Amino acid sequence: MAESILFYTELTGLPVLDTRGRRIGRVRDAAVVPLVHPARIDRFLVGAGSAWLSVRFDQVASISLGGIRLSDELLTPYHSDEYMLRIGRDLLDQQIIDVNGRKVVRVNDVTFEVRNGNSNGHSNGRQSLYVLEVDIGMRSIFRRLVQGVVPRRLIRNLQRPIPPKSIRWEFCNIVETDPQRRLRLNISHEKLEKIHPADLADIVEELSPAERGAIFESIDSEVAADALSEIDPKMQVSILESLEPEKAADIVEEMAPDEAADVLAGLEESRSEEILEEMEVAPESEVRELLEFKEDTAGGMMNTEYITLHDSATVEDAMNALKGNEDQLESLNALFLVDPDGRLTGSVPLARLFIASGATRLKELASETLISATVDEKQDAVTELFDKYNLLALPVVDEEGRLVGVITADDIISVLRHK
Amino acid sequence: MLKSLRVRIAIFLGVLGPGFITAVVDNDAGGIITYSQAGSRFGYLPLWTLAPITIALILTQEMCSRMGAVTGKGLSDLIREEFGLRVTFFIMALLVLVNLTNIMANFAGIASSLQLFHVSRYISVPIGAAAVWLLVVKGNYQSVEKVFLFACVFYVSYVISGILIKPDWKEAAIYSVRPVLMLDAGYIEMLIGMVGTTIAPWMQFYLQAAVVEKGITAKEYSDSRIEVVVGCIMTSVIAFFIIVSCAGAIWANGPRDITDGAQAAEALKPFGQYAFLLFSAGLMNASLFAACIQPLSTAYSVCEGLGFESGVNRRFTEAPIFYWLYTLLIVVGAGVVLVPAFPLIKMILISQVINGVLLPIVLIFMTLLINKKSLMKEWVNSRVYNLVAWVTVVVMIGLSLAYAAISLRGV
Repeated sequence: MAESILFYTELTGLPVLDTRGRRIGRVRDAAVVPLVHPARIDRFLVGAGSAWLSVRFDQVASISLGGIRLSDELLTPYHSDEYMLRIGRDLLDQQIIDVNGRKVVRVNDVTFEVRNGNSNGHSNGRQSLYVLEVDIGMRSIFRRLVQGVVPRRLIRNLQRPIPPKSIRWEFCNIVETDPQRRLRLNISHEKLEKIHPADLADIVEELSPAERGAIFESIDSEVAADALSEIDPKMQVSILESLEPEKAADIVEEMAPDEAADVLAGLEESRSEEILEEMEVAPESEVRELLEFKEDTAGGMMNTEYITLHDSATVEDAMNALKGNEDQLESLNALFLVDPDGRLTGSVPLARLFIASGATRLKELASETLISATVDEKQDAVTELFDKYNLLALPVVDEEGRLVGVITADDIISVLRHK
Repeated sequence: MLKSLRVRIAIFLGVLGPGFITAVVDNDAGGIITYSQAGSRFGYLPLWTLAPITIALILTQEMCSRMGAVTGKGLSDLIREEFGLRVTFFIMALLVLVNLTNIMANFAGIASSLQLFHVSRYISVPIGAAAVWLLVVKGNYQSVEKVFLFACVFYVSYVISGILIKPDWKEAAIYSVRPVLMLDAGYIEMLIGMVGTTIAPWMQFYLQAAVVEKGITAKEYSDSRIEVVVGCIMTSVIAFFIIVSCAGAIWANGPRDITDGAQAAEALKPFGQYAFLLFSAGLMNASLFAACIQPLSTAYSVCEGLGFESGVNRRFTEAPIFYWLYTLLIVVGAGVVLVPAFPLIKMILISQVINGVLLPIVLIFMTLLINKKSLMKEWVNSRVYNLVAWVTVVVMIGLSLAYAAISLRGV
């Protein structure tokens, strides 16, 4: 192990020596000031007698297992600083999110690197400490247990057979529930937005309600919506309840209307009304319509995102329609044909478009038998239709045969899973 | 009105589980032995202790489920976050030791209850262990909880067998409310033992974790509290019937000592086949049930506190330490029962000593944690509640230390 590594368990209790080598006190904690630098230890908190002193990073000459040697003796008493992320108090033993490994982990120890010179690598005869990794494995547990009992150098030798397990500091995401402190510590949950929504949902389920709320409050609404629809229904409700109605509305707007309706149906009426009122008009009315249907009927299962074309339209018309609805492409299986009164007349599997020429009438490409369900069809009957006809999408019509929604295979999968 | 009642019942059923299961599992093999001993040696006299025990039980369980609902974190999580790794490690090490001997006692309970039905322990224990292991490893939390709730129903068998024996109900009623203190060493030991087996450290960890796992929030907490209280009362009702059964069947024919639950069941034979069957089936059910929950709860608490991945909803490769610990607890717990010369009684006594050390620590940490405004916000203990809580904690500490000392003498 390189000499330039220092663990937090070694840092605490390290003697702090003044310019003439006299001991002032011992290190009690160390803090990063994220607004200044994301990884550099900005302050060392030194216990001297009953008081704590604060040592700035530029007052330190050298750092080693033998102690911290200062270059400046003008130390100020420590008073709580809101801009500090204290390693010992705020990081150690707490849960953080490993963005790379996509899971929640608990911090056992922190690995620092001792670097010469300033952050640009210019030599200035000073050594500084940078947070390198957060340690989570058995090795760090061992260090914590024997810390202060066994000499530091001996611990380093003894721990060697245990495999290390660490997470690079760049991939650590701290969860802070207090929005003000989040700003002061420059904590964003941006990194979480890169995680697949299904993984993010798993992570969030691991956290406490307050932490969940904090994450949904601060991440992009679209990501939040995707993640929320992957979460256990009971938890969805408690998350939406914990958010401000405006934020909740932003998230619900981004959800597929059928999922949004399901979530809102789980909330208390006054609360879902508050959220609906905050929503934009278009998604609001769609969701409201869906809320009217019973949850275990075709109406309650369907969503209202689908593409319809006139029954005399051609493949070229269809291609143009697809270009205008790019946001739906990912989950689209079929196009639907309607007559001038909006009555469903046909369903065209998307794949057939590719092998047809542009002038072909869509009617000729439509499936031979048109299978549809009415809005009040029972959930079990709908599931049966999917099974019997091997459907990917099932159009839903009202009493007059007008197309009002579509149920897709993924809706059926989640119904079956929750049985 | 009707709708709101329906909604309330739905909410109650939604939170049903953690408090009930914890309280009922409290009557495990060890508990049943203690109550049987109390009844067969001292008859109806010890019944009065059940009321204060219930109150202490409600108090400690309520604090745990409140912490779980408000913070959304398990007890070992909170201890870790607030008191650091070393303390957590120490507590977890003790917890594993205590629970391991509990698990042994419960597998011994399975063995001795099935021996009454002429099933060899070399058959019953391995099958029991395999069933316990599979239930959790192959199931998910929701299905496991349903099985557990169903198992709770079987505790009724004690009530029925108690009625079949036709004990002296007048005596039982009188001594349930009239405290009797005798300066008899055996009697005092027995009373302390009853308290000691009723409030166990694992329960606090299990309950809080189960409340969190179930996703019960501060808003639903008032319903969860009812569940905890009802569960605790149920526990004592069952304990009452066990004591009364043994008082009616054994003590009434001459007080004597018994050493295990199966002996008590045997003594019920003259009162009809059903009383015997129900009592032994109850013992088997309780032992099996506790043998399911205790390894699970131990593995959960340890992994949570030390930061290893845990949970029955994870696969073996995702949470190896969780599953290994869980498996090891079952294998060792069941295995020693099959070792002919294994000093089980001695192990149980030692575990009671460790228990006496661990419980005070856990209770103190719990009461400290629940008073932290940063964690509990407006849900911290009120002043009166705090006073009662601390008095209970101190009394419990005194009793469990005394119990430990008594057990230590027996070692």
